[in-house]
Amino acid sequence: MKPYKKIIASFALLALMFLALYFLEQHFGKRSMLITVLKKGAIYALIAVSMNLLNGFTGLFSLGQAGFMLVGAYTYAVLTIPMARRAAVYQYYDGGIIPFTAPAIVGILAAGLLAALIAALIGLPVLRLKSDYLAIATLGFAEIIRAIIQWDTLGPITNGSNLLKTYPTFKSVIPVFAACALCIGVIVLLIHSTYGRAFKAIRDDEIAAEAMGINLFHHKQMAFVISSFFAGIGGALLAMYQGSLQANAFKSSMTYEILLIVVIGGMGSISGSVIASFLFIACSEWWLRFLDTEMYIGTFKVPLLRSGFRMVVFSAVIMVVVLFFRKGIMGEKEIWDLRRPRRRAGKEAGR
Amino acid sequence: MFDKILPYLLSGISVGGQYALIAVGYTMVYGILRLINFAHGDIFTAAGFFMVYMVTVLPIQIAIPLVVALTVLLGFTVERVAYKPLRSAPRMSVMISAIGVSYLLQNLMWYVTGGLAKQYPTIPWISQSVTIGTATTKVVTLITPVLTVLLVIALVAIIQNTKIGMAMRAVSKDFETAQLMGIKIDSVISTTFIIGSLLAAVGSVLYFSNYASVTPTAGAMPGLKAFVAAVFGGIGSIPGAVIGAFIIGICENIIKALGYTTFSDAFTFALLIVILLFKPTGLFGEKTSEKV
Repeated sequence: MKPYKKIIASFALLALMFLALYFLEQHFGKRSMLITVLKKGAIYALIAVSMNLLNGFTGLFSLGQAGFMLVGAYTYAVLTIPMARRAAVYQYYDGGIIPFTAPAIVGILAAGLLAALIAALIGLPVLRLKSDYLAIATLGFAEIIRAIIQWDTLGPITNGSNLLKTYPTFKSVIPVFAACALCIGVIVLLIHSTYGRAFKAIRDDEIAAEAMGINLFHHKQMAFVISSFFAGIGGALLAMYQGSLQANAFKSSMTYEILLIVVIGGMGSISGSVIASFLFIACSEWWLRFLDTEMYIGTFKVPLLRSGFRMVVFSAVIMVVVLFFRKGIMGEKEIWDLRRPRRRAGKEAGR
Repeated sequence: MFDKILPYLLSGISVGGQYALIAVGYTMVYGILRLINFAHGDIFTAAGFFMVYMVTVLPIQIAIPLVVALTVLLGFTVERVAYKPLRSAPRMSVMISAIGVSYLLQNLMWYVTGGLAKQYPTIPWISQSVTIGTATTKVVTLITPVLTVLLVIALVAIIQNTKIGMAMRAVSKDFETAQLMGIKIDSVISTTFIIGSLLAAVGSVLYFSNYASVTPTAGAMPGLKAFVAAVFGGIGSIPGAVIGAFIIGICENIIKALGYTTFSDAFTFALLIVILLFKPTGLFGEKTSEKV
């Protein structure tokens, strides 16, 4: 396919997707399970792809994603709560000290930028560490960020450990998809650029990459900052999806969930992460729900089914994937590569 | 001033001892497999729940050894099921598997308990109150450091003097060569997990006696802190882990005494980062060089 045809084809696909979303939403209603799952799935897809950029493409095993999401979510919420509501939200801190309200889009961008800035600062010391030490240090920083946000002294800004609410949210699924698709698109372009190749070189062999003239620290820092930028935006979108916000939800278990999504989708595959996110959210929120309620077949009560069983089955399935299907759904391939290998093999044979 | 600090100091030493018992498990596993066993904290929590359910049917003298045995079995099973199949896989895969196990155990405990905090049984004698100077505390606070030190001395003696201890040292020095020399690697690794889980079970009895209730995520934070302690002391070094754990336990409680409770967890991680940056091998760790 010629490049311009490829571009036209992908835009046509995107337009089709949005059209389909529009009709689904009209048909099922904005509060239906399907639409809810699609919204949350899209947000998780963005966050998973941002983590994949770091863990799958650059080979930096970071576990700080929840921390950057937290920064993004709080930045967005703090900046966009309407003035009229501030007194009610910040009831323990005299209405807070932020004297203005930013429009939602500014809030989202600020969320990404602040997360990126903090990542740049954290990256300076942390990115010198290797593999599991890096993992544990980023995990530590995420916990430190959470402690700082819950700190009483910062209460007038962050509302301490109290709930943030009444900030603008979205009703329709279209803007969420638009935002997430745009961000994922940017990450895809980045990965196909020379920077993306440098990231992969670092992942495959750090010493060889350095010998080839790739500035290790510069590129690692870049991957870390960009990944955190998108994690911040993802955090802001997640805050919008939830409607209210508390720092306590952003624990390390959230990072683990996202890491597991990335692993299920395949480390180093963008489309894998996207597919896995939708599957993960659909299974945990919707398809496996029946496991949580008691069920009778005739007079026979099906054993084991009660609240919480869904997550047990779900995590057992994840363990099976982790142990026996280590490459995940896509391995390192992308969904748009799937048709190609045969033709390419033919070409090479013809040479 | 001292009167004010004393209760915090006592609970710091006690918590430090409990962290030490968990940290030994981390440091031994890391020494041999180069794996951060993220599930260790959840095994510790599981020991807490075993106790909660055991005492409802059994007298406490029988319950405690059974709890320890069950925890050991759990640790052993986790290693066999989740880590052994990945022996030749890249290190990160094993770590992801550990995170998966932790997720599974937490969800399983949530399912079994219905997500509610369970009252931890009071164990006669060690839950009694005693008064030292001006501070009132439980007997468990005083026993913990003594018991910890005794157990660790016993462990070090085993590692220095027995055949299996020698095998462990060999494996942690060089995995492949040890295998070539005829050491049965799987049994050495299993022994490591058994010892680690045993100490975690003892730690859990002491820890939860102090806190009175267990939740499915109660062990996550102590687990992480114990890991930090292991890194602080120099990962792979048992005395290092113990000293690191006591330092972290005491510092954390002094920070609470000064009124910065929000930061007591953050402090631990800040300490970790400082250590990793300035002395990545920890206080007593051996220096390793990067091989190409």
